[in-house]
Amino acid sequence: MTKYLLKLYITGKTARSDRAIKALKEICAKELGNKYELNVIDVLESPQEAEDDKVLATPTLIKSLPPPIKRIIGDLSDREKVLIGLDLVKNV
Amino acid sequence: MNKKINLIEKLQTGIPGFDHVSKGGLPTNRTTLLSGSAGSAKTVFAAQFLAEGISQFNQNGVFITFEEPVEDIRRNMLSFGWPIEQWEKENKWAFVDASPQPNEAHIITGDYDLGALLARIENAVKKTGAKRLSMDSIGAIFTQFTDTFIVRRELFRIAYALKKINVTSLMTAERIDEYGEIARFGVEEFVADNVIILRNILEDEKRRRTIEILKYRGTNHQKGEYPFSVSPESGLIIIPLSAIELKQKSSNIRITSGSQELDDMCNGGFFRDSIILVSGATGTGKTLMATEFMEGGTSKGERSLLFAFEESREQLFRNASGWGIDFEKAEKDGLLKVVCEYPEVTGLEDHLIRMKEVIEKYNPQRVAVDSLSALERVSTLKSFREFIIGLTSFIKHKETAGLFTSTTTSLMGGSSITEGHISTITDSIILLRYVEAYGEMRRGLTVLKMRGSKHNKDIRELTIDENGMHIGKPFRDVSGIISGNPHLVFRGEIDRLDDLFNNDA
Repeated sequence: MTKYLLKLYITGKTARSDRAIKALKEICAKELGNKYELNVIDVLESPQEAEDDKVLATPTLIKSLPPPIKRIIGDLSDREKVLIGLDLVKNV
Repeated sequence: MNKKINLIEKLQTGIPGFDHVSKGGLPTNRTTLLSGSAGSAKTVFAAQFLAEGISQFNQNGVFITFEEPVEDIRRNMLSFGWPIEQWEKENKWAFVDASPQPNEAHIITGDYDLGALLARIENAVKKTGAKRLSMDSIGAIFTQFTDTFIVRRELFRIAYALKKINVTSLMTAERIDEYGEIARFGVEEFVADNVIILRNILEDEKRRRTIEILKYRGTNHQKGEYPFSVSPESGLIIIPLSAIELKQKSSNIRITSGSQELDDMCNGGFFRDSIILVSGATGTGKTLMATEFMEGGTSKGERSLLFAFEESREQLFRNASGWGIDFEKAEKDGLLKVVCEYPEVTGLEDHLIRMKEVIEKYNPQRVAVDSLSALERVSTLKSFREFIIGLTSFIKHKETAGLFTSTTTSLMGGSSITEGHISTITDSIILLRYVEAYGEMRRGLTVLKMRGSKHNKDIRELTIDENGMHIGKPFRDVSGIISGNPHLVFRGEIDRLDDLFNNDA
């Protein structure tokens, strides 16, 4: 299995941000073991990075590797959809 | 109670005509909604707001695009002479690219906000020190993020945040009907302290662009629709019609009409800053009068400008020489400029803008237009009326004399639509009419009105030969010329009528 490269954009330390981080870490631990690299970016601190990635909504999770690139928007509370977005289950 | 309080400040936009219509510009540090149907020049307006800010007022701008790719905007706006790419390098202009990314699908997995967009906007504003901001167009974000509740909430939050960082902003939105709801998705409800509507109406098979300021909360503006044009060189130009003020100075200096006899009839010539309308059927000598009017100017060393919409240069020059007038020499001396154009080449709004440009550049002391009726042909009644008012007020402001010709539809008597619209704003009206007498068609001329001056009230005979026009004796024996029903009157009857008024008995 190839290594997952993930970026999570959030706006400040809000309840929604915390929910997203927690949900993501849980999924990663369960599904990816240690085969992933996660970078959490606060748009209030690094807006230029959000500009370069053309991010509009927060939280946004970007899966850059393995291809294809996917954007997953929201607090990641819908686990099924997150798994589909990460290509961990086939979308039937 | 305290009149000095309130007063919402306005930021001068620099868009030609807009600051006049809006009585000062856009409300400072507020968000104004600019709504319009497809093709109503919303994006041009939004970009021009920033471009004029940079080039005229040294105020930087941020452009947020939700729809068109950044590269397209740079390229499209370059044709208006706005070097966006260079401004970006100089840190005067910044884009926030929120346009849909074609290759990246996204999945929604829960609650979200547009915090990243807001952070990017704030970052761009801070980076450039922007005073102006445009968002084009917010309808597109509703198609990117389908949860309208969240999008509305977030746009409201953005508009609120913009107020705090001291930028004056413009949000564009689509509408479907020209005279229906203000904008799609009801966006006006949460951003709109101020609403401007751009229209692109199809009227009698012709497109007509108008701008209307629907509301400016807490401050004044001109009401109603104003025509505008999008010039390929400089962007939007709004024609502030009823905003035109009647405050022209008035002059007592007389100028020659080009004909000594006509000058005598007018008690010494036309006034320096007057508008003269010459009305007559085809072939009564209107173009001749315009030609003589030009010659009267050039012979006195005045710069004279002729707009011809009926005849070509060659025809006009040949005709002039047939009347003993040398246009070629006058043009070489720089005293004459002849602009010939087909009325059909462009809309009336564009004609007006072009004519104003020529007048502004050449700065003539007298202007003739031959004929207004040719222009009437290519427009709707409404645009034509606006055109006439726009042109006459412009000419008067420059204290230039203007002579317009207009063609009547019937050979005998009659009046034209042109006259109906223009007669109240002209200072002098000269009628040229055919007179049928003893089996012959002759031409008659009369000065119908001349503001602020005595004038001769005779209907005189007009003859034309190789030296131009001559005004002869009054038609004493013919009555009913102007009404289009000429008939001979016996000499005895004329004397009796004269006696009727002369004797005090």
